[in-house]
Amino acid sequence: MTLLRSILMRFLSTAITLFGVAVIIFVVIRVVPGNPIAMMLPPGATEADIARLQAQYGFDKSIFEQFTIWLGGVVQGDFGTSISLRQPVSALVLNRLPATLELSIVALIIAVVSGGTMALTGTRWRNTRKEGAIDVSTGMALSIPDFLWGLVLILLFGVLWPVFHISGRISPALDIDFTTNFYLFEALLRLRFDVLGDLIGHMFMPALALAIPLSAIIAQLLKQSLKETMHLDYVTLSRTHGYGEHHVITRDALPNAILPTLTLVGVQFTFLIGGTVIIERLFSYEGLGNMAIDAVINRDLPLIQGIVILFALIFTLVNLAVDMLYVVLNPRLRHA
Amino acid sequence: MRDARGDVKRPIGLRLWLSGGWLSLLVLAALLAPWIAPQDPLAQDLFTSRLPPFWEAGAEPGYWLGSDSLGRDVLSRIIHGARLALIVALVAGTLTCVIGTALGLIAGFYRGWPDRIISRFVDIWMAFPPVLFAILLIAVLGTGLTSIIIAIVVIDWTRFARVIRAEAMTQGAMDYVASAQVAGRKRMGTMLTEILPNVLPTIIALLTLEMGIAVIVEAILSFVNLSISTDSPTWGGMISEGRTSVHQAWWVLVFPLITLFLTVLSFSQLGEGLKDRFDPVLR
Repeated sequence: MTLLRSILMRFLSTAITLFGVAVIIFVVIRVVPGNPIAMMLPPGATEADIARLQAQYGFDKSIFEQFTIWLGGVVQGDFGTSISLRQPVSALVLNRLPATLELSIVALIIAVVSGGTMALTGTRWRNTRKEGAIDVSTGMALSIPDFLWGLVLILLFGVLWPVFHISGRISPALDIDFTTNFYLFEALLRLRFDVLGDLIGHMFMPALALAIPLSAIIAQLLKQSLKETMHLDYVTLSRTHGYGEHHVITRDALPNAILPTLTLVGVQFTFLIGGTVIIERLFSYEGLGNMAIDAVINRDLPLIQGIVILFALIFTLVNLAVDMLYVVLNPRLRHA
Repeated sequence: MRDARGDVKRPIGLRLWLSGGWLSLLVLAALLAPWIAPQDPLAQDLFTSRLPPFWEAGAEPGYWLGSDSLGRDVLSRIIHGARLALIVALVAGTLTCVIGTALGLIAGFYRGWPDRIISRFVDIWMAFPPVLFAILLIAVLGTGLTSIIIAIVVIDWTRFARVIRAEAMTQGAMDYVASAQVAGRKRMGTMLTEILPNVLPTIIALLTLEMGIAVIVEAILSFVNLSISTDSPTWGGMISEGRTSVHQAWWVLVFPLITLFLTVLSFSQLGEGLKDRFDPVLR
């Protein structure tokens, strides 16, 4: 009963947050100076033309009326029509979403693998120079945000030693007739390794730029909780059974040390997804974030609203998923 | 009071000297920019366009770090750009710190409905992608220094509010706070004289970190052409131009990037170093 209650409260809280995001974004972008409708029309358009189009997009009504109309549509899955691209916002956004999701997930995988490896290495060789080197490099990786890492990577692997593509998601010359926009996933399933290689060549640098700060956070936090766990009695017991250091760290200490890291990785993953906005711009990667910046520049109000709400939805879902995973992985909560 | 804890004090450390040194150099460069910059940072001259830095063939004296496609001196633009970067760091960083800390202290120490309202706003803010929010705010407010500062404060106050709220809650539950209350202190007085000094090390570390972030946000906004007008040189603007011509003139991107990199690194290292110095337990 209490579990059901807390889950319901969690959903209610998520709904309030999303509603708050919708209200703020709606009010903020309607203060934007510059008439988005006037930008759509050719220079010779009359006042009547402008008024007619404004009525069509509903901009002649009060903010409150516009909001209720928009919210009514959103509930039915209708996010309005993009002003600059003249297509339904939901179709445009869903078209771009796979690119951003794939980029974020690849970045997350890189961060977890490299951060986890650094934490395990640092614990295995604790209080040696190896640990010191890991501490210094994670400290530096943490201080520099993804945007700067992206620029550094462009210089290293785009200019000095040009092995990766510095812009785009896929080479236009490649012939792909995929049914979904999850190119990476579909290339894997269809065993199209030429496409896969090309996608990774494009995705590697933006994903690495996003992954570097997160991998440093994972490395620091996981190493700290591993070192704390190493002093616990059950770990000592495992040692007295004659298990080696490697077994003790990965089999005994790790499952317990991973929980505090997991909660933090959830929040940090939402930061990573937020970082895709500028990283996609930097690498001209055709995802949601790049589209969002164009939408702001073109004053495309319906499109901006749709993208921001989608980001907010992803963030809250990630947090929800992490909380669920925490319950599943924590033996103390499993039977609650 | 003198006890063994005084002996724990660690040496100031190399990183505090290095980061402090680089930042002092920047402050000097910003203050003395018109006198030390070798060229006018805005002077365009197509005869001196894309000059390489001094050690490469074809370099010209006076253009130590080369010039961009419009013939403007890279070094002079970096020196003048330090002015804007430092103003944004100081003003936006301090304002964000004051507002975020105040809200965090109130939420964490008073609890109850102020906490519920502030925490709800923090939740909503955390659901926005920050860079997109910043770009949107600049589109609304118009470009310019004031808009950038407002945008940074509006986006980043949660960074302070979240951490300080948690710290104030921990401190508020401690015996020394209870004894101050029993001694008849007002709540406000307890918050300012007991809680605040104990969260100060965290505030200082967050503040210097925020200054570095403010510089980055300005660079990002310049990168999407939404910062200050092109008349005043900014590091972000230089990086944006350098990114497009990186294959013809790498130095236009590399030098402002190194400057930005060192500055952000110095701010965060300074914060880590100062945190230990201001810790009342370690002091």
